[in-house]
Amino acid sequence: MSVVTLAQALNGGLDLALEKDPNVVLLGEDIGRTGGVFRITDGLREKYGEDRVFDTPVAESGIVGAALGMAIAGLKPVAEIQFLGFSYPAYDQIINHVARMRNRSAHRFTVPMVIRIPFGGGIGAAEHHSESTESIYAHVPGLKVVVPSTPADAKGLLLAAIEDPDPVLLLEPIRLYRAVKEEVDEGDYTTPIGPIRVERSGDDITLFSWGAMMKETRAAAAVLEDDGVSVEVIDIRTLSPLDRDGIAASVEKTGRAVIIHEAPLTAGFGGEIAAVLAERALYSLKAPVRRVTGWDTVFPLKRSESHYLPGVDRIVHAARDILEG
Amino acid sequence: MYDYSSRPSRLPLPVDERMASADIDLGQRKSIYRSLQELRQFEKRAHDLFLQNLVKGTTHLSLGMEAVAAGFGAAMRPDDYTFATYRGHAHALARGMEMGPAMAELLGRSNGVLGGKGGSMHLTDVSRGMMGSYAIIGAHLCIANGAAWSAQMRGSGQVTVCFFGDGTTNIGAFHEALNMAKVWQLPVVFVCENNLYMEYTPIDLITAVPHPAADRAASYGLESVIVDGNDPDAVYLAAGKAIGRAREGGGPALIEATTYRTGGHSRADPAKYRPLEEVEAWAQRDPIPMYHARLLGLGVAEGELSSIERDVAADVDAATEFAKAGEEPTGEALLTEVYADGSSRWRN
Repeated sequence: MSVVTLAQALNGGLDLALEKDPNVVLLGEDIGRTGGVFRITDGLREKYGEDRVFDTPVAESGIVGAALGMAIAGLKPVAEIQFLGFSYPAYDQIINHVARMRNRSAHRFTVPMVIRIPFGGGIGAAEHHSESTESIYAHVPGLKVVVPSTPADAKGLLLAAIEDPDPVLLLEPIRLYRAVKEEVDEGDYTTPIGPIRVERSGDDITLFSWGAMMKETRAAAAVLEDDGVSVEVIDIRTLSPLDRDGIAASVEKTGRAVIIHEAPLTAGFGGEIAAVLAERALYSLKAPVRRVTGWDTVFPLKRSESHYLPGVDRIVHAARDILEG
Repeated sequence: MYDYSSRPSRLPLPVDERMASADIDLGQRKSIYRSLQELRQFEKRAHDLFLQNLVKGTTHLSLGMEAVAAGFGAAMRPDDYTFATYRGHAHALARGMEMGPAMAELLGRSNGVLGGKGGSMHLTDVSRGMMGSYAIIGAHLCIANGAAWSAQMRGSGQVTVCFFGDGTTNIGAFHEALNMAKVWQLPVVFVCENNLYMEYTPIDLITAVPHPAADRAASYGLESVIVDGNDPDAVYLAAGKAIGRAREGGGPALIEATTYRTGGHSRADPAKYRPLEEVEAWAQRDPIPMYHARLLGLGVAEGELSSIERDVAADVDAATEFAKAGEEPTGEALLTEVYADGSSRWRN
C-alpha cells in the first residue's frame, strides 16, 4: 500500500494493465511523448514502447474509431479524449458504432474498449474543458459509464473497465486528480462496475453524488453530522448499469434524499435517480426528493465558476430544508 | 424538382480491351465470373423479395457495381478484413458469406447470419473477415484503421480493405482516417466506389475536385489511382497491387473505382434524376455481359459459363427457401445482446 493521488492511481492502473496484458494499447492526443494533458499516462511510452502507447492527431472520430477497430480485431484499447467537451466530434463513433456493435452483430463482435475522459469543472477554462454531460452517455444502451471519486476506486474501476468485454466510458473528475489522496493497493485488483459505494452509513438522510461533487458532498455531510444528523453518503460511481436496488435500499432506510451533481438540472442524471426513488421507495419517503445541481446554463469562465458549481452551503441548505419539513 | 436533364451526362469510357490479355489465370477469371453471378443474382432476388414485401425496411443494392466487390474478393487472402457500407451485400458475399443466412438476414429472420438483428445494412461475418457493414457515412474508415493497426501489431500479415462511396469523401472522418493510416503506415486499402451520385445529387456538383477520392490522395502522401470499376480484371489487378504492397509493409493505398448504380440509392428511389442518355450508356457497360464476352474470347465454352449461371441460380433458390423458412424474431430477443452478459437486464 502507498498513499497516492487519484491521478497517480490511474497511472499505476494503466501501468499494471500494460504490463500484464500485451493486448492493451493506449492512444490519444499527446498521451505518449508528453504523458497527456493531465499527465495520466506519464512515463508509459518510455516503458512500453511507441507501438503500445502512442500519440494521435487531434481527430476524435479517428481516435475512437481506431480504438473500436482494434477492439473488434483482438486488442484492448484504452483511448483518451482530453475533455468531455472534446468527445462530441466522436459522438457518431460512440453512439452509432461503439455502443451498438454487439447488438447489431448478435454477439459476433465483442468490444473490449475503454474511453477515458477527464470531465467537470475545476481548471477555470469554461465550457468544453469543464462541462459535465455524463447523462448523454448514460442514456445510451450498450455503453457502461463509470465515475470514480477516490484513488482506490479510480484504479479498481479502470482495471475492471479494461477487463470488461463491453465498452466503458471512464469519466475522471478533473478537480480531484490531485486533490484527494489515500492508500491504494499497489497490486492487481478490480472494483466491480455496477454497485454503488456506501461511503458513510447513516439513518436520517441520504446524499447521493458522484465524481468531483463527492468532495462537497462529504463536506456537507460533516456539517450536518455536527448538527446531530445521521447522514448516509453514497457514491453512485457507476451511472450505467445503475444500481437501482442499492439506491432504493438506502432511502427505504433514511426516508430522505438529496442528489448532488454539477451538470445542469434539466434531464440531468439526478432525474433518473429521483425516478428510481419514486418507483421503488415512494412509501418510505418522509419528504420530497431534492436535487442540488449546476444551473441550466453554459459552464462559465473562471470568475463565475464558484457561482455555477453547487457549494457545501447549497447542499446543507437543501438537506436541512427536507429534514425540517 | 431540379431539372437534372439540363446537366451533362457523365458517360463511361470504353472498355480497355488490353485487359483481355492481362496476366490473370483463367481459373481465377472463371471464379470471378461466378462471384459476379452470385452478387447479381442474389441482389435481383433480394429486390424481388422486396416487391413481395418479404424484406421489411429499406435496402441498398449494388446492381451494376458488382465488379468492384468481385475483383477485390478474388484478390484478398481468406483472413484479410473487409469493412463495407450499408450497400454491402456484394462485399459480404464476395468474402464467402453463405447466401442462405445472408438472405435470411435481409428478411430479418432468426436464421440470419446475425440472427435477424443486423439486417440488410449491417451484414457481418467475422469468421470470413467480413468486419461489418456501417450505415453512417465515414465512421468505418476510422474503424478499419484500428483493425489494420491490430493486424500490424500482431504481425499477422492481414490487410484491411475498406469500401465506401463517393459521398464519403466529403465528410471529416474520411480525411481523419487517411491521415492516420499514412502516419502509421497501416496495411489498409481504401476503395472509393464512385458511382457518380452521392445519394440523389451528382457528386461533381458538391465536390471541389473532379475525382472525389483520387484527387485527394496527394494530400495524404498517397498515389492517385483511378480504375475502371466495371472491369473485374482491372479491379483485380489494382487490388492485387495495393493489397500486396500493404502486406509487405508498404503502407496504405486509396483506389477510386468508377462505376454506376443500375438502380436508385435505396428501394425508395426511382433515380429519375439521371439523364436517360447516361443511364443507357452505362447499361451498355454492364460488367457481366462484358466479362461473359471476354471469357468466351479467351476460349471458355458457352456451356461452362451457362453452367455456372445455373449453379448460382440454384444456390439463390435454395437461399431463398432457407430464408423464408426462418422464424420471425421474438419479443424476448429484443432485450438480448445489448451487453456481454447476454441481456440488457441492468436497464430493463
